[in-house]
Amino acid sequence: MDSLTDLTISEALDKLRSGAITSVELTQAHLDQIDQYDEQIRAFLTVTREIALEQAQAADEARANGDDKPLLGIPLAIKDVISTEGIETTCGSKILKGYVPIFNATCVQRLLDAGMVLLGKLNMDEFAMGSSTENSAYFETHNPWDMERVPGGSSGGSAASVTARMAMGTLGTDTGGSIRQPGSFCNLAALKPSYGRVSRYGLIAYGSSFDQTGPMTRTVEDAARILQVIAGLDPNDSTSRPDPVPNYLEALTGDVKGLKIGLPKEYFVDGMAADVEKAVRAAIQQFEDMGAEIKEVTLPHTKYSLPAYYIVATSEASANLARYDGIRFGTKVDTGDMWNTYRKTRGEGFGEEVKWRIMLGTYALSAGYYDAWYGKALGVRSLIKQDFDKVFSEVDVLMAAVSPTTAFKFGENMADPLKMILADVLTISANVAGICGISVPCGFDSQNLPIGLQILGPQLGEETILRAAHAYEQANEWYQAKPTLIR
Amino acid sequence: MAVSDWTTIIGLEVHAEMLTASKMFSNCPVVDSVTAAPNSAVDPLSLGMPGTLPVINMKAMEYGMMVALALNCEIPPFNQFARKNYFYPDLPKGYQISQYDHPLAIKGYIDIELEDGSTKRINVTRAHMEEDTGKLTHAGLSSLVDYNRAGVPLLEIVSEPEIRSSYEAEAYARKLRSILQFLGVNHGDMSKGVLRFEANVSVMHKDDTEFRQRTEIKNLNSIRIMVRAIDVEVQRQIKLWESGEAVKPATLGWDESAANITIQRYKERPDEYRYFPEPDLPILEVSREWVAEVRAKLPELPDAKKQRFVEQLGLPEYDAGVLVAEKAIADYFETILASAENIQAKTVSNWVTGDLFGLLNAEKVEREAIGETNISAENFAKMIVLVDKGTVNAGTVRKKILPIMWETGKDAAQIVETEGLAQISDANLIGDTVQAAIDENPDIVQRYLDGNEKVINAIFGKAMGKLRGKGDPAVVRQALQEKLNALK
Repeated sequence: MDSLTDLTISEALDKLRSGAITSVELTQAHLDQIDQYDEQIRAFLTVTREIALEQAQAADEARANGDDKPLLGIPLAIKDVISTEGIETTCGSKILKGYVPIFNATCVQRLLDAGMVLLGKLNMDEFAMGSSTENSAYFETHNPWDMERVPGGSSGGSAASVTARMAMGTLGTDTGGSIRQPGSFCNLAALKPSYGRVSRYGLIAYGSSFDQTGPMTRTVEDAARILQVIAGLDPNDSTSRPDPVPNYLEALTGDVKGLKIGLPKEYFVDGMAADVEKAVRAAIQQFEDMGAEIKEVTLPHTKYSLPAYYIVATSEASANLARYDGIRFGTKVDTGDMWNTYRKTRGEGFGEEVKWRIMLGTYALSAGYYDAWYGKALGVRSLIKQDFDKVFSEVDVLMAAVSPTTAFKFGENMADPLKMILADVLTISANVAGICGISVPCGFDSQNLPIGLQILGPQLGEETILRAAHAYEQANEWYQAKPTLIR
Repeated sequence: MAVSDWTTIIGLEVHAEMLTASKMFSNCPVVDSVTAAPNSAVDPLSLGMPGTLPVINMKAMEYGMMVALALNCEIPPFNQFARKNYFYPDLPKGYQISQYDHPLAIKGYIDIELEDGSTKRINVTRAHMEEDTGKLTHAGLSSLVDYNRAGVPLLEIVSEPEIRSSYEAEAYARKLRSILQFLGVNHGDMSKGVLRFEANVSVMHKDDTEFRQRTEIKNLNSIRIMVRAIDVEVQRQIKLWESGEAVKPATLGWDESAANITIQRYKERPDEYRYFPEPDLPILEVSREWVAEVRAKLPELPDAKKQRFVEQLGLPEYDAGVLVAEKAIADYFETILASAENIQAKTVSNWVTGDLFGLLNAEKVEREAIGETNISAENFAKMIVLVDKGTVNAGTVRKKILPIMWETGKDAAQIVETEGLAQISDANLIGDTVQAAIDENPDIVQRYLDGNEKVINAIFGKAMGKLRGKGDPAVVRQALQEKLNALK
């Protein structure tokens, strides 16, 4: 028998329901895995050992009393940008060191209500700004597939912890690719839901009109289980969508016959690693073999996605991060003088990348520049949305790579911010348009690094992309591969 | 140049809290910011805690729309919130959620009455919803911040710079405050800061074709102070221009002890708020049905009430104007009318604006607190009826009964009985008393008989004194006249 940490969430639920295992055993196995590997990998900022074991105990008791819930007794972990009541939540930033929220994010509360066992909080790029988790103010997280390499970002801890079997699933957040890209670097099923599908209440904002929380798991089915719990209208989030939440598990039919797949020509670009392009094209060929229809499409405004994103997201960030002034919570560097306290607190509390983005956003919103920058970016944004609306009237899903490359080495892109930004080119449009997307494992490159296939769907098209991703995943063995480190 | 060459230019920005049960963007209760313990009405959103999100309080939007409709504004088909960015400790998020490009209401007006009785229309540029900030208290070297007020719904009403004197500014302010009170959305207590006026003041020379530099006067705790501050500032500006200096852009305050304006800060650069649409809130569509619904709910407003008082109750314009100036007074007046039959509106108006206002002034009670005194409108009505019926005379009421009612709130009829204040109408008793007064004052009677008819009042006074003021004045006067005529 596999070890308990090799079980998927679906398998574990079966065993918990049949009484073959207990949540305490399952949770302990994951805590042991954390003890064994996290000193090297460093995915966790906080491990909530006692809380986890208490919750596991309670889950076992509830089950013994005949109770059952969608995730009863399943140990999960949460990106540290999502508020957890009574548990330090830092956003990977010094400025929130010691900040303990007095409320749970809606998605966390829903997971707790569904029976989750909380293992801890996961490392990330500070305030979710970055693509490698190198911008964490605390430490770097290593990619279990190659410890010399980054796990991707900003949800790097969320990805590395699942890959290393330290958590059965995690929540990440995706503002410009921060779920899908680390999912791709770490061989996971990683879903960015449509904007508004999952409540943002309690998610500490970076780019408010882009941010979206989603699951990162080893299988598409597990991702569907978590999405099922966290999706849906929240009266505390006015941007959450009222549309009813479909049954995502039922959508996983394994059948893609007649599925219309669009290949955006702008997404198959120069500079893409040869192994990546090869794997992605092979995956698409396999879809065709399984009965899907393939068609080349165009998203003509794609090249404007990056600039539009960087103007609007940083503008929002410049306001969202204004509240970190040291007065009510988090770090305070008290100089005895108000303005200097502000300067010192923010000067010492924020890292370079965060300061850079605050400055960029502040500039874009300044008098005399607003129309040229922010106003223009909003206009571009609606053009990009129209591109997708048009394409999704012709095809059901779009397919491309998640990232032009596989996981890169520490420091490789840090010296060249533009290179880091350009690596987000394939994921960012989905956030600009508010549509959904998933990364699903589709092979390995010559260095045995995972490659992710990206499937994009229209707004509220989660059922379709989950169905496609699941059908492909189950027809292959990529998702079952395990890093050498933990074999 | 002379002072008469200058015209005053004033625009008023008014911030009115909407007294809803909860705050603008959360369920946190709204409390009295003066009496509540600091930071006793806060929640994660009011404190700007990370991860919190605003949700629009539709009741506050409705209150704002009521005001806008009462100010004859247009309500555009949609409005949108925006972030106004600046750092200050009383602003927990580092930005205020306000409205910018797409306010709740535009293009309204307020008609004010000028000294000569004519009417002037002051246009209202816009009215938008926003959230209030917290409150800073300076304590020695440090400052304390109270977030009870942070997030309270606030309606900002901006006038065109069409106000031409402090008199007009006062009329505008009083009219606006009265409208807010009539709507029941704000009690108008400026000392508590629930209603705040800011005056943008400049002066214009008769040869000017453009406005000159204006200054902004803030932190005005009453309408009276606003008037004084405007007058002082206008003189300061004229003096500066006439001496060849320039008015510099500045934010001013008022120092009550020095009876002078204070310069709080000069503005080196225009304010830079980096407004942008609030991404956490959807655009709010305002259906015409909703507007119609709110319009239908509007209570009678001061102008309409005044008109009704004149046309239906036959009150003089002046009386009607005074009675509708404060909602509490209008309510008090109407309750009196409603609680007694066959009572003349003008009689009631005289009692309220004369004797009762006199009492309020003497006791230093604001007119808007008229309903909170010991004298209930119902009791006041009974008292007027007692006078009308001749049970008691007006002088007795003024001197004896009203003071007791004010102190104790006792029933007027009961006071008359226990204090033995009933009017004496017995013709025989009055006749004897008048005769005694004539007999005891032969000198005065002689002067009367010599043609000085005014001294009849002196004898009348003597007779009333003997009756301890309780004699029916008409009967006393008639008896006196008859007896004196007989002596002629």
